[in-house]
Amino acid sequence: MVEQILFYVISTVLLASALGVISVKNSVHAALLLVLTFFTAAQLWILLRAEFLGIALILVYVGAVMVLFLFVVMMLDVNTEHLKQGFARYLPAGLLVAAVMAAQMIAVLGARNFGTDKFAGPAELPAGYSNTEELAQLLFTEYLIAVEVAALVLTVAVIAAVALTLRKRTGVRTQDIAAQIAVKRSDRVRLVKMPSEGSKVDS
Amino acid sequence: MTSSIPLSHFLTVSAMLFCIALAGIFINRKNVIILLMSIELMLLAVNTNFIAFSRYLGDASGQVFVFFILTVAAAEAAIGLAILVVLFRSRGTINVEELDSLKG
Amino acid sequence: MITKGLLLWIALAPLGGACLAGLFGRQIGRVGSHLATIAGVGISCVLSLYVFKLLALDAVDPVNMNIYTWMEIGDISAQVGFLVDRLTALMMVVVTFVSLMVHVYTIGYMRDDPGYQRFFAYIALFTFAMLMLVMSNNFLQLFFGWELVGLVSYLLIGFWYKKPTAIFANLKAFLVNRIGDFGFLLGIAGVLAYLGTLDYATAFARASTLNGQTMDVGFGGYQIEVVTAICLLLFVGAMGKSAQVPLHVWLPDSMEGPTPISALIHAATMVTAGIFMVARMSPLFEMSDAALSVVMIIGAITAFFMGLVGIVQNDIKRVVAYSTLSQLGYMTVALGASAYSVAIFHLATHAFFKALLFLGAGAVIIAMHHQQDLRKMGGLRKFTPITWITAWVGTLVLVGTPLTSGFYSKDLIIEAVHASTRTGSGFAYICVLLGVFVTAFYSFRMLYLVFHGKARWEDGAKDDHHGEHDEHHHVVDANHPPKEPGWVITVPLIALAIPSLLIGYWAVQPLVFGDFFAGAITVNPANDVVAKIGEQFHGPGAMALHGLMTPVFGLLVLGFASATYLYLIKPELPGKIKTKLHWAWAILDYKYGFDAFNQKVFASGSVGLGRFLWRWTDQGLIDGVLVNGTANTIKRLALVVRRMQSGLLYHYAFVMIIGLIVIMAAFAFAR
Repeated sequence: MVEQILFYVISTVLLASALGVISVKNSVHAALLLVLTFFTAAQLWILLRAEFLGIALILVYVGAVMVLFLFVVMMLDVNTEHLKQGFARYLPAGLLVAAVMAAQMIAVLGARNFGTDKFAGPAELPAGYSNTEELAQLLFTEYLIAVEVAALVLTVAVIAAVALTLRKRTGVRTQDIAAQIAVKRSDRVRLVKMPSEGSKVDS
Repeated sequence: MTSSIPLSHFLTVSAMLFCIALAGIFINRKNVIILLMSIELMLLAVNTNFIAFSRYLGDASGQVFVFFILTVAAAEAAIGLAILVVLFRSRGTINVEELDSLKG
Repeated sequence: MITKGLLLWIALAPLGGACLAGLFGRQIGRVGSHLATIAGVGISCVLSLYVFKLLALDAVDPVNMNIYTWMEIGDISAQVGFLVDRLTALMMVVVTFVSLMVHVYTIGYMRDDPGYQRFFAYIALFTFAMLMLVMSNNFLQLFFGWELVGLVSYLLIGFWYKKPTAIFANLKAFLVNRIGDFGFLLGIAGVLAYLGTLDYATAFARASTLNGQTMDVGFGGYQIEVVTAICLLLFVGAMGKSAQVPLHVWLPDSMEGPTPISALIHAATMVTAGIFMVARMSPLFEMSDAALSVVMIIGAITAFFMGLVGIVQNDIKRVVAYSTLSQLGYMTVALGASAYSVAIFHLATHAFFKALLFLGAGAVIIAMHHQQDLRKMGGLRKFTPITWITAWVGTLVLVGTPLTSGFYSKDLIIEAVHASTRTGSGFAYICVLLGVFVTAFYSFRMLYLVFHGKARWEDGAKDDHHGEHDEHHHVVDANHPPKEPGWVITVPLIALAIPSLLIGYWAVQPLVFGDFFAGAITVNPANDVVAKIGEQFHGPGAMALHGLMTPVFGLLVLGFASATYLYLIKPELPGKIKTKLHWAWAILDYKYGFDAFNQKVFASGSVGLGRFLWRWTDQGLIDGVLVNGTANTIKRLALVVRRMQSGLLYHYAFVMIIGLIVIMAAFAFAR
């Protein structure tokens, strides 16, 4: 009963915040609402006994990706007012498409095909069961190569992101430590021989 | 007890989440950032489905898929935002309506 | 003993000379070129004579050996090999001897020509090709030699490649020969298909299996005997190469080439390849009376009607060319009468006397500074005595004066046709008989016009003949009388005149009536006309005596007399006859319309077909519809489709989502 109440509350918050993400005018607000969406989704996952993924979602998405979104939103000086133009114009079409889609999906995924009569409730988990352990078992045995590939994908993504955004600014004074260290005396000081003042006067 | 919540409830929630994201793509035609966020929402809905099935079928492999989707989605978000930054630098805008150089 | 090395030397020595002169002509110079090729052909000639002596006098067994396996496909193997029996040896001697003479003669004839080395390379290469042809022991190598001599012939007819008529002539020769070669190739394919081998010996051994086999002609359900079909197809090849009606049209035009090659290729050797081939294939031809009848009739038509055309020709070389056609017709008639040995005999004697006549014509042309028109010659007797005498010898041999070699070979052909009972032999007999008169008439006409009578070049020579060859601007007139060419020209003339006169007398007995060709030529006992006439043969002397009393001799004398009367005694008469009988003259001058027909129907037809294919098929269908059409269709389609590519992200997303909805609908409601 508690879980059912939790499920409905969490789902409501999830869908409401998702609606907020797509409808608020300010991109910063949208990003913050997205954080909330992910957070509630993580709760839903934990409700499904997927603790590891729930925590990972919060850590990776809320901690990293969403911060990245916020960072980009704030870094780019975006005229949000202008970007929101036409919102009302496209709203009916968007809603219509979304409604049709939702109706279809629910028709397919609803109680008729995936109800309790078709899918019995999940098995009771044994005592001392650890979701993290089970996932780790799978990841490092059966899916080891896939994990390695995923690691490679992430590495490539990091390199790609850096390579894309890296730029060489011209006309900016920066410190070149290697050059500073490599300086020799002869680069800075020049000794010149010249006759003294006195002798010049004498002659 | 989760057994009292049918699988179809979870699937319905994720379907609605997906459709909200879909509507987001439709109504936010200009703002690329919101578009990217909508795509993240779609992936979230898919992941939720995976986890629900994994739980109700008693097979943890579904969660492994979620793991990989998260990986790819993170990579996608990173690269997508990087492209966005470069785009903004070179064009001075992220208005999708002005990005039509692929017009045939 | 005939060894592999010996035969290889014979075949490859001329090739070596050709390579030296052709590839390094500039380095070794003119003298080096002719020395190299003459050395090559000389070696070949001496060794050929040696081989001939071994086979003919020492009765060494013929050899049949494979030298090199070119390829093997299943049961069929393509070999390079030599079959040397007496037939081959005779051909080798004829080819190399005439070739050697022509090589020597060319030194004088081509003295001023810039393509001197090239010419020597070609004729030496020709000698090699012809040797490969006659020495072959299988059909494929025969075809190789066949095509190679055709190629060299093409190159040599068009030797003066700046002369448009020469280019036209060599193209014509090439195309007409292609027709013949196509038939020949089909014949070889037939042999391969029905006998399963390309080797002569094996094929002939299996030939009896063809008896009674028939094949479908392909339309109308008409059946034809396989052996007849094969023989006729092979004979089509012979018709092309040996210039039989209606594939003869290239030979007169081939006279555009230099005279030495007219002598070597277009009179003595290459054109006789067809005769040789049919003789070589005698085991096959003997099995088909129908094919031999066709051979005989074609030969008879060629022998008589082409001789007639020779009467009205005014170009000295063309007269000789039509004479060649006529004589080739005689040989073909002999083949058709199953008198293969007689055909080969005539081939050999003809090679000598026709080469002699051609080289004599060339000597006249040289003396007249490249004037070839008979009407502008005359009275050369006093200026070029050696040429005159040898030309008389050649003419006497050609017309078949008793005791000369031409008499023996030609008379035997007429006898053989007379003795033959094959369908068409009656017609052929009349043709060859009348041919004797015609031959005598045109031969003496030419002789008189060139060497006797009034010297017509003294006054009217300075007209239209300038600039035919840029390098020969000289004109013969009263102040510059023609003079005898040097020894390199006269020596070959004499060297050819002697065998022309004599070999008949010595060779007729062993070559025709002996069993000289036993094993090389197969004759059905039922068809053996040679044996029939052999019963009345009592030695060459007696035959010559008997020859004085035959209708043949009467016709010969009649031809001689009429030519003498018309062209020597009353030279104004022919003009009058020409105006009186203008229609007959027109038919002959028109060459029965073969050329015009080919030109109008085949040449224009091909050009028209080509233009049609170019305009409609190539430009219209392939270029217009398929190539550019594809591109244009895609372009037009793309012009429509590109409107869909707005470049706006949400349009793509919208289409994707619509697609998704449709698929979902299928899932949701189609179950």
